[in-house]
Amino acid sequence: MTTLPETTGRKLGLVIDLDTCVGCHACAVSCKEWNTGGTGAPLADTDAYGADPSGAWLNRVHTYEVQPQNGPAQMVHFPKSCLHCEDAPCVTVCPTGASYKRVEDGIVLVNEDTCMGCGLCAWACPYGAREMDPVAGVMKKCTLCVDRIYNQNLPEEDRVPACVRACPTGARHFGDLGDPSSDISKLVAERGGYDLMPEQGTKPVNQYLPPRQRDAWASELGGCDSAPFNLADLAEPETADNAGGFLGWLDKALERIG
Amino acid sequence: MADGSEPKLDLSPRVSDEVRKTTCYMCACRCGIDVHLRAGPDGEMKIRHIEGNRDHPVNKGVLCAKGSAGIMQHYSPARLRKPLKRTGPRGSGEFEEIEWDEALEIATGWLEPIRRNDPKKLAFFTGRDQSQSLTSWWAQQYGTPNYAAHGGFCSVNMAAAGIYTLGGSFWEFGAPDWERTRLLMIFGVAEDHDSNPIKIGLGKLKGNGAKVIGVNPVRTGYNAIADEWVGITPGTDGLFILAMVHELLRTGQVDLDYLCRWTNAPWLVERDPGASFGLFVRDGDGKALVWDRATGQAQPFDRPGLKPALKGDFQAPGGGRARPVFELMARKYLEPEYSPDAVAGRCGIAAATIRRLAAELADVAFEQAIEIDQPWTDFRGERHQSFIGRPVSFHAMRGISAHSNGFQTCRALHILQLLLGAVECPGGFRFKPPYPKPVEAHPVPHGEVTADSPLNGPHLGFPRGPGDLALEKDGSPARIDKAFTWENPLSVHGLMQMVISNAAARDPYAIEVLFLYMANMAWNSSMNTAGVMEMLTAKDEDGEYRIPKIIYSDAYSSEMVAYADLVLPDTTYLERHDCISLLDRPICEADAVADAIRWPVVEPATQAEGRDVRGFQSVLIDLGARLRLPGFVDDAGKAKYRDYADYMVNHQRRPGVGPLAGWRGKDGEASGRGEPNPEQLERYIENGGFWRAELPEEARFFKPFNAAYQDWAVGMGFYDQPQPFVFQLYVEPMRRFQLAAEGHGERQPPDHLRAQIKAAFDPLAVWWEPFEQAALKKDGVDAQEYPLHAITQRPAAMYHSWGGQNAWLRQIHGRNPLYVHGSVMAAHGLKDGDWAYVISHHGRIKVPVARMDALNPHTVWTWNAIAKREGAWALDAKAPEVRKGFLLNHLIHELLPPRGDGLRWSNADPVTGQAAWFDLRVRIEKAEAGAELSEPRLGRQKSPVGQGPKDVTYGEGWG
Repeated sequence: MTTLPETTGRKLGLVIDLDTCVGCHACAVSCKEWNTGGTGAPLADTDAYGADPSGAWLNRVHTYEVQPQNGPAQMVHFPKSCLHCEDAPCVTVCPTGASYKRVEDGIVLVNEDTCMGCGLCAWACPYGAREMDPVAGVMKKCTLCVDRIYNQNLPEEDRVPACVRACPTGARHFGDLGDPSSDISKLVAERGGYDLMPEQGTKPVNQYLPPRQRDAWASELGGCDSAPFNLADLAEPETADNAGGFLGWLDKALERIG
Repeated sequence: MADGSEPKLDLSPRVSDEVRKTTCYMCACRCGIDVHLRAGPDGEMKIRHIEGNRDHPVNKGVLCAKGSAGIMQHYSPARLRKPLKRTGPRGSGEFEEIEWDEALEIATGWLEPIRRNDPKKLAFFTGRDQSQSLTSWWAQQYGTPNYAAHGGFCSVNMAAAGIYTLGGSFWEFGAPDWERTRLLMIFGVAEDHDSNPIKIGLGKLKGNGAKVIGVNPVRTGYNAIADEWVGITPGTDGLFILAMVHELLRTGQVDLDYLCRWTNAPWLVERDPGASFGLFVRDGDGKALVWDRATGQAQPFDRPGLKPALKGDFQAPGGGRARPVFELMARKYLEPEYSPDAVAGRCGIAAATIRRLAAELADVAFEQAIEIDQPWTDFRGERHQSFIGRPVSFHAMRGISAHSNGFQTCRALHILQLLLGAVECPGGFRFKPPYPKPVEAHPVPHGEVTADSPLNGPHLGFPRGPGDLALEKDGSPARIDKAFTWENPLSVHGLMQMVISNAAARDPYAIEVLFLYMANMAWNSSMNTAGVMEMLTAKDEDGEYRIPKIIYSDAYSSEMVAYADLVLPDTTYLERHDCISLLDRPICEADAVADAIRWPVVEPATQAEGRDVRGFQSVLIDLGARLRLPGFVDDAGKAKYRDYADYMVNHQRRPGVGPLAGWRGKDGEASGRGEPNPEQLERYIENGGFWRAELPEEARFFKPFNAAYQDWAVGMGFYDQPQPFVFQLYVEPMRRFQLAAEGHGERQPPDHLRAQIKAAFDPLAVWWEPFEQAALKKDGVDAQEYPLHAITQRPAAMYHSWGGQNAWLRQIHGRNPLYVHGSVMAAHGLKDGDWAYVISHHGRIKVPVARMDALNPHTVWTWNAIAKREGAWALDAKAPEVRKGFLLNHLIHELLPPRGDGLRWSNADPVTGQAAWFDLRVRIEKAEAGAELSEPRLGRQKSPVGQGPKDVTYGEGWG
């Protein structure tokens, strides 16, 4: 079995804003595009033009419907990739040492040279964040684009994971979650970022920012929009609520603007 | 590792050998892309990675799922390889590959005699074409009146209502002020139009704490992250908007100063019965007059220092009585029929909600007004110290547009914007140069044919009145699509969706050649798809096809390819030249003018063994020269342009004004106007594939009235002299059509259309019940037989049918269940994965269903254009798109159900002719699962490109 480092120098990870994610899949496809030509075996697709197309992806966007107590049903888009856990069960379960967590920055990686494709790590991951490559037979997972974030061949501003680089709504953030003074840590503190499934005890590094309240009228008004709202004063006519009244008001209003 | 050591990683691997910057074409958004090229193991340059261009005005570095999947589109197995000549029956997909010389000789052999004898026998229509400036000019030089692009079945309601009201519409014409707006209300928008800019903008609004309200029957995508969702019933947006207008007027929450200065609210409207009732009162120079309270006289609207009246009964200088537009408008919308209580039930929105939303709009517009300290001068010569902003903005797209009441609904939305003073101001909706342009800056339609000669002017335009309709002397339609006729007078984008049915019916006349580009008319781009497939294959008694010859150009093996007699294979978007031109559909920002190019970042011949394809625009220029069309050949009859790239640089539409505005002039120093610069494309490539020039600070807001903007626009070559105008709450050209319907004027509508024109051409926005719903009513009661509305949405990760061949995107969107509200599922005993029949007045399809509750309960929906015909797009016959995918198109007919008056009416907006896709009414019935095959089954086509490979391992060898 494989050991985890006691501490890591940094805790690099992603913060994903569920308030802003429109579920467009830009992150997932950008990830696939970067990583299929990157380190290790390509992210293969089988039956690519056939009856049951499927492939290896390091990031997928899930969509859930939520029915709040008051108000209409809501949709939440939920991108999910490896959370680079501090207590990563996928690492400790690896029989060959292929899965490991980097001491320097905490990124969880798979060494494809020593991965034998047993799949134990995927079973151990409570998030379903690892996928076996269907052609190469090695385990694939998010590398946090370790071949981008330190890459001297890229301009500095591009040294971020491909998903962060692509995200059109700016719902994905990258940084050191171990440093409380980092922008990303401050964002988590401000927005009440949370661990995914904390009861699993994996101490995920990646954080999710919750959607802000939707359809505020429904909860404030107990699920109906018939009671007065704090803006309802504006909806009262200035003079009288009929056409004559309005046109009468018009004269005074025109005088006011000169 | 097990021993605690870590493998040594190369943290700085080589990314690419070269980066080439061009323009994406995975949808119509036109983002800038950085294409990273890297030598593969065989030494050939391959695409390593595509990412967004950080400097580009459209996407500012980001890229959507489609854009990132460009690799799979470029290397798609569905790419056509060579020109094809049909050998089997139409629709069979049986072809032989031929050389380009033969293909071009065939095309010329068909087109040359038609031009010599009767040019209208060519119908040339383009689909998702981004080169309409060239394609329309080609058609004009050829001389056929039968040209248009796909706007008629897309969003012409939106575009036309925008031009007639504001001088421009959403998307390419303008956008919310994402930096400053505090409240955005977004109507009927799923994906694209605009794709990335909307996503970037929503991210900004979220960051700024602004509120987003999504008005849409379906809560996906943008509506899912909206702070408030208004799950409106389809086709009722106009009612909802006019009820908010009612509330704003009732409570006096309108921007009177803005309305007086920048709209035609004070313009005097004639009220004496007769041939000019309802027209504007004008002076001898044709200037509209307002009643000036200061002088107690009628004055031209553009005089400085006016204090215009907004109500009152005045004596016009000509002697008749007149009232200001504003009074007519206020009286109309204050009627109880527009009150929230009157509309709530039909809209599916509580009256209290409508009142609250109107109050919120007013609160943000007037209590949270912003001001930018920047002196400026208006067209009247008055100096202002600042720009006042109403930080409320709106965006809308097909959801409100693709209805039979779409034009007036879009008009209603613009009226709402204007009442709030929220157009062209800080925080509101802002135009992108060269828009706005008033109707007067656009041509009128032209349709006069002379053998062996160009058409008498541009095909498409904006009619000012009945005199501009494209009618023959006997009143019959000049165009094959019957655009600009009394059935749809303002069909400003043409009616591509009517071409095939009219050509097959030879109504109004027979054509000889149907020439289509990039439009999948045999599949997802047509209503009544099975019927259209029959029309394309229909034969006369003599065994000849009723549409004798079909030429089609596409890059991929689409369904339409199988119905062509001659196929001209286009390149992929990474192998071609293109210009994203100010003469066409621009990509500007509110603060900057911009255009862009595509250029071959890889050469087609190197991309697959034996592949010999050409960019369609270059082929069209070649055909133009072969046909010796004026403008395409010099005086000696020699080709004037080598190819599209040569045309992009050297063509001049007006002296000094060409397809590209950047780096003009011999030395490349001029912007907008200037001589052709032979180095122009190199300059674009050096600059990342685009050109951008910022507006002067003083010119950035209130553009139609801003003297600094007008002068700058003239300098740029948008027009040749300043043409300030004010926004049109009341649209006079519409009143001219009404007057004709009332019996005034020489050109008269047929009697059976009088009532429709009178009702539809109200010069103030109105709402009517969607036609299909009205036709299905029995004794005035809503059709219980078809209780549900059925609509489609585009997925964010896929664009039309193009995505189906994409190995990555089809893993995301390879299936399209019909989404049904939980209450309807329960009523029909349905559960996820069950199958159902969906039945309309026209057809019946069999589909898989899935439950979704974030949905208007009277609406069902599915993703657009996922289904594929067997044999198309290089997909396996067992692909889910083929077996389980379905199109709602089969349920929609070009005509409405019979109304019992003996006539068949178009399923379209009576103003513009826009196809009313979203008026569809259906019922569902539980079906036996059986073979889990969607219905109807529409046969198979032989693939001219074979089938895609089993597995894809793209990027092998680089790792």
